[in-house]
Amino acid sequence: MAELSNQLMAAAVLAYLAAMVAYAGEYAFGKRSRIGRAAVRPAKQLVGAGAPASVADDVVPPADDVAPAADVAAADYVAAARRNRGELVGQIAVGINVLAVLLHLGGLVTRGVAADRMPWGNMYEYILSTTFIASAVWLGVVLARPAVRHLGLFATLFLVVMIGAASMIAYTPVGPLVPALHSYWFIIHVSTIIIGSGIFLIGAVPAAMFLIRNGYDEGKRRFPYTLGKHVPEAVSLERLTFRLHAFAFPLFTFGALIAGPIWAEASWGRYWGWDPKEVWAFISWVVYAGYLHARATPSVKRTVATWIALFGFLTMLMNLFGVNLFFEGLHSYANAG
Amino acid sequence: MTVTQERPAAPAAPPPRRPNRLWALLRNSWRQLTSMRTALVLLFLLAIAAIPGSVFPQRAVNTERVTRYYQAHPQLAPWVERLGGFEVYASPWFASIYLLLFTSLVGCIIPRIADHVRALRQAPPDAPKRLQRLPQFADLGSRTGAPAEVASNVAGMLRRHRFRTRVRESEDGSWTVSAEKGYLKETGNLFFHTALLAVLLGVGFGHWYGWHANRILVGGNDSGFCNTLTQYDDSTLGPRVEPSDLPNFCLRLSDFDATFQSTGQPKSFSATVGVSENNGPYETRKFTVNDPLRLDGANVYLLGHGYAPVLKYTDRYGVSQTKVVPFLPMDAMQTSEGVAQFPDVNIDPKTDKRDSTLQMGFEGVYLPTAPTDGRATSVFPAENNPMLYLSAFRGDLGLDVGTPGSVYSLDQSQITSGDLKKVSGDRPYALKLGDTWTLDDGTKLEFVGTRPFATLSIRHDPTQLLALAGAVVGLIGLMFSLSGRRRRVWFRVSQNADLAGSPGESGGTLLTAGGLPRTDYPGFEAEFKALVKAAEEGTP
Ligand code: HEM
Repeated sequence: MAELSNQLMAAAVLAYLAAMVAYAGEYAFGKRSRIGRAAVRPAKQLVGAGAPASVADDVVPPADDVAPAADVAAADYVAAARRNRGELVGQIAVGINVLAVLLHLGGLVTRGVAADRMPWGNMYEYILSTTFIASAVWLGVVLARPAVRHLGLFATLFLVVMIGAASMIAYTPVGPLVPALHSYWFIIHVSTIIIGSGIFLIGAVPAAMFLIRNGYDEGKRRFPYTLGKHVPEAVSLERLTFRLHAFAFPLFTFGALIAGPIWAEASWGRYWGWDPKEVWAFISWVVYAGYLHARATPSVKRTVATWIALFGFLTMLMNLFGVNLFFEGLHSYANAG
Repeated sequence: MTVTQERPAAPAAPPPRRPNRLWALLRNSWRQLTSMRTALVLLFLLAIAAIPGSVFPQRAVNTERVTRYYQAHPQLAPWVERLGGFEVYASPWFASIYLLLFTSLVGCIIPRIADHVRALRQAPPDAPKRLQRLPQFADLGSRTGAPAEVASNVAGMLRRHRFRTRVRESEDGSWTVSAEKGYLKETGNLFFHTALLAVLLGVGFGHWYGWHANRILVGGNDSGFCNTLTQYDDSTLGPRVEPSDLPNFCLRLSDFDATFQSTGQPKSFSATVGVSENNGPYETRKFTVNDPLRLDGANVYLLGHGYAPVLKYTDRYGVSQTKVVPFLPMDAMQTSEGVAQFPDVNIDPKTDKRDSTLQMGFEGVYLPTAPTDGRATSVFPAENNPMLYLSAFRGDLGLDVGTPGSVYSLDQSQITSGDLKKVSGDRPYALKLGDTWTLDDGTKLEFVGTRPFATLSIRHDPTQLLALAGAVVGLIGLMFSLSGRRRRVWFRVSQNADLAGSPGESGGTLLTAGGLPRTDYPGFEAEFKALVKAAEEGTP
């Protein structure tokens, strides 16, 4: 089982890579794909329609409308065919992405079966679970709003890097839990934090792309702003960023600041002890609270608020990797290897 | 400050008189402090200020690691100490950040609570003059009913949609329906911020009125303890706690149960204890790692366990003494380190005088499961092949000097000074269970057996429930705050000027509607359209 889990995870990484290549393919078709055109439509048009509509509404008519008729000129025919090809590649990318998520899930489930417990008993499993949530949420977003598909390149790249890093830095053979983890609070505390963190993590993708797209819209043409050319419109990226963070924040609050302390009280006799993991969870929480605050403060620019969200992302990474590698603490299951 | 004052004052405002200047300064500072931008900066500072606490070992978390840090970085450590780096969360700079933040919070939410209570008691404001200017606008054309009737129909529809609604008649005979929804957002937000204060108070009072202590409890009815400070290995009382405030209970460990995986990973621990509260009879209770022993006024937590070898020393005069000495586990396989000290041995029965050159000390390691190859590290945490490796020392143990030493190692300075000499060979002597070791002077040490011990943490925090309640209320408030959307809708019902005087007839009444989302709310347009449609259907 453990071996199967490793193989499924390897397959999942390959599938994410394949999805990434396909997303990149559609990205390369640029505005010739319908998603691409939706992405680069001038912002004015949208603003003119009153309050910016949600991204899903912006999708241009289905590709069938532009299917070549017998009498279209050859040039039009070629353009339409390319458009269709871009569209097709994009849909293939989503298909592969679905497959990757299923493989990822399979890897987690077999890992849990092999260990006979929830698959988050050590740092390696924890990162796999968190990235799974990140990935599933991304897939949910792209299925509900195909218009954000151009983010797929960056979302899958991010996932490949995270899972790759977890396998290289933190791989741990399947093992049982230490007695301190034999508690239903283990399930509640860790699962809510994993869900919250997963959403925070994936939220960094639209956050970064918003800053890039915004820079592009302001006329910056250096790398990385050139990446902003084909991604969705800045307003919808910003709103997606906020939605994801606003959803993750209460979950993370519950997991880290309520369930965690309740369990710590029962297990260690104190609900909060400034253990390095607790310190960094607190830091992440304060930074994300700062993001929500900044976004609600009229005098703070959205770009500044989004930078705070990205800063929060760095603190999450610190908690995922850094704390386990640099500091010793009570959160023994956090040990790398 | 000066810059603004040197500017020419606006003609309408006379230059402030002197006493007011201080007042103005105070008021301005207060306004600054309670602004959301300041809150943001302080939140940021708080996050940054928390970082050193994960970089440097914290005394409140683990004193030993601070000592180790001093040894590893003798130059740096005193500086870290001076800046509060070993007690970050009790340091003045950390405290000043969160106290400022919470002052800002109080200053921020009190006026907001007042405003919100007022808003909750007031009716939604009257419609703006021109509904067309609002983000959402709809013209429903002419209706058949009289204005009052149409207005009341629309108001009823809005109430059914859970809007707070108010119908007003204006002087020109037209009617307006004002409606607002989403008050829960602000309510939730205020609950959230107030709850943060409750959490702070819960944590603070817990620190003042709580206490905690640690103790190793060795199995056996003869090694119990009662809850007094002298019985603890270390203890911390909050500033408002007196030693006499400690609740009265006694504990003794009757059984300790540990099970392990074949890899040596622990599977479960549980301690069975006898408890006597307020001098009552001993009752048997059981507790485990995630399920503490909850007593009246204190909780007892099981933090760890180990073995205490039972050693019997028989001296030159044939007198024997037995000691049960806990050995501290050094690794996951319970390789444990400890010392047995016998200061009151080899006393000549004739003179009855202690000879400080004939005290005995034994130092070494205990292995619950010794490997067959003779290495001095345990290979399994349970006692499958118990083995003691000891070195013997004779001389002055240095226990009389009065400086409290570690009970887990011999006084090194006595060894360096030569007052305490090693009397066994270079390699430690190996004792199996039941073995007796005859030393060079004919005295004997017998390894009688072992007893389990439990590492306990005993704690009391009177206000942790307040902190928990605050956190739960805060979370609920937060969810309302983040998901809530405040919005206003107005309908205006006016007489159609062309047909004035004949209300009730078709085309007699005109209906327009406007909507204003007061918070970021992309779905408002759809909701507004649905309301307009409902109004259209409700008023033919
Ligand atoms: C103690 C530290 C504080 C924390 C952890 C904190 C956290 C938060 C969070 C997470 C939100 C987002 C919820 C939402 O958008 O509805 C929020 C909103 C808000 N906070 Fe704070 N806050 C703190 C202090 C303050 C202070 C000092 C002020 C006043 C200056 C303040 C004023 C506000 C306001 C007005 C909102 C509502 C924004 C809106 O949605 O319209 N907060 N706060």
